[in-house]
Amino acid sequence: MNILVCVKRVPATGGRVTLTGDGLAIDARFLSFTISPHEECAVEEAVRLVEASGGGTTTVLTLGAEAAADQLRDALAVGMTRAIHLVTDGEDWDPMATAAAIVGVVRADAAEGFDHDLVLFGNEAADSGDYQVPIRVAAALDRPWLTGVKGLDVEGTSVRARRDGTRGQEVYHVPLPAVLAVREGLNRPRYPSIPGRLRAKKVAIMATRPERQVGGPTMIRLRVPDEEDAQVHVLGTGAEAAPAVVDLLESLGLVNP
Amino acid sequence: MSGLGAGAVIVFVEHATGEPAPASLAALAVARGLADALGAPLEAVALGEGAVAAASALGAHGLGVVHVAHDDKGDAGRPFDTPALPGRLLAHLLVTNAPRALIAAATARGTETLAYAAALTNLPLAAACTQVSAADGEDPARALSVTRLRWGGSVLEEARLDGATVLLTVADGAGADGAVPAPPAGAPRIITLADEGGQPDTRVRLVERVASAAGGVSLAEARVVVGGGRGVGGPDAFGLLEELAALLGGTVGVSRVVTGAGWRPHSEQVGQTGTRISPDLYIACGISGAIQHIVGCRGARAILAINTDRDAPIMARATYAVVGDLHAVVPAIIAELRRRGATPGA
Repeated sequence: MNILVCVKRVPATGGRVTLTGDGLAIDARFLSFTISPHEECAVEEAVRLVEASGGGTTTVLTLGAEAAADQLRDALAVGMTRAIHLVTDGEDWDPMATAAAIVGVVRADAAEGFDHDLVLFGNEAADSGDYQVPIRVAAALDRPWLTGVKGLDVEGTSVRARRDGTRGQEVYHVPLPAVLAVREGLNRPRYPSIPGRLRAKKVAIMATRPERQVGGPTMIRLRVPDEEDAQVHVLGTGAEAAPAVVDLLESLGLVNP
Repeated sequence: MSGLGAGAVIVFVEHATGEPAPASLAALAVARGLADALGAPLEAVALGEGAVAAASALGAHGLGVVHVAHDDKGDAGRPFDTPALPGRLLAHLLVTNAPRALIAAATARGTETLAYAAALTNLPLAAACTQVSAADGEDPARALSVTRLRWGGSVLEEARLDGATVLLTVADGAGADGAVPAPPAGAPRIITLADEGGQPDTRVRLVERVASAAGGVSLAEARVVVGGGRGVGGPDAFGLLEELAALLGGTVGVSRVVTGAGWRPHSEQVGQTGTRISPDLYIACGISGAIQHIVGCRGARAILAINTDRDAPIMARATYAVVGDLHAVVPAIIAELRRRGATPGA
């Protein structure tokens, strides 16, 4: 089976977000980069599914600046076998333009004999949170799709996919080939091994510069919401603070005295 | 093109067999603000069993026109059992009515449905908006200004949404204040939305529902959540947090570090890629307060941080704090609760 996984390079934010002076991006000078936890699970699932199916390819795809090759290498290091880089100048592509570029890759791969039975995405990108690229790709390819997937089993030419519904879990029948957007909790991603890292260095990344379609919305600027830094009320230090904590719980009506 | 509804702002209203969902009513308030600003009519669309009842209920919210489809189960089955169907119906509505905007709540279902409708019609969609208005100095029939959430709400994006017909989802909490209920408009006109014809897309279908395990307090709805992070140090010490949670009638939540280490299941994770919580009190034990986690607990009314590091980011978000090692502080709180014979509040 052949699986394509789409990932996006994003800064690994810690405790605070600071913007660049022009307000167009997160100031990432002191940050490392990563992919969304949802996407880490998509990568892990692809590696497991292809291992279990006894053969095939796992292709990781990203659209982003030159440096996004790091995230492709990370995915190769945990067992993905091919990597495709749609190289941009680093500016943010809107979801319509992103989906169009990915559709181009799926079609080009199919023409070269890599028919992807599954195209996996994280449920939403960690940064832009657009919630629509997977569905736009599925619609353009006329493939069945499901979002919010937290469990999946391949059963011949279809998958059984589970997701959280309003009243418990929902189980869906999804025929292949399909497009799935997955959520963290699907599996526990492995860490790359040293041999995995070495192997990843040797894989040739296929890089092209896609043409950008105009879509929407168009970002004008970012800002950090004005949240009044809470005036923290320190109740005490160490175990001696316990009576003050219980007083607080009583005053909030959370326990009956 | 039918003239009816041309230029309208249409809200996709989710409902539980006829009862409009609170999130959809919040989206309706934002949609009303836009319709008023544009001088456009406000309409709604409801799908599935109970859609007609939902349409009637929307009359009390000032809706004069509601489009409905698949009110009965009928041969086509329930629309939400095949995720493609609701989006197809809305795509058909977009094509036939050419509204100015189609707006839904940014719930999982609202988002998925609008995303598919946008994909089928090749129209732009702005997800998780908190504000929408006519763009300054632009033709309001061509461009809107939106503010939307990025990074789960840690960053706001101001964006321009171009197009004669656009789609938007409204973030949870947006438009909650200042939403004035419109006077009743009497019984709304109910228009049955035609299928676009052809074979329905039933390739993906719901085959089973698995009810959540009974018992226990749900993380999303708990009144008290006792959270544990890296500072808990390992899987064993969570017994302490569970004991405290039980005394308070609450439940345990954890940070991503904890699930990543395999100490606790992902179902307990609070954060951007886990569960969003909104308790009266969140007791954050040994949690530094990374953005990913804060996004999940910013709905808490109050946060009590128990942390050895007075300068941890969580301290800037907390209402109350105890500076100290949770392994000493939590047992002392448990002992004090027991000494006073405290029981969970009503």
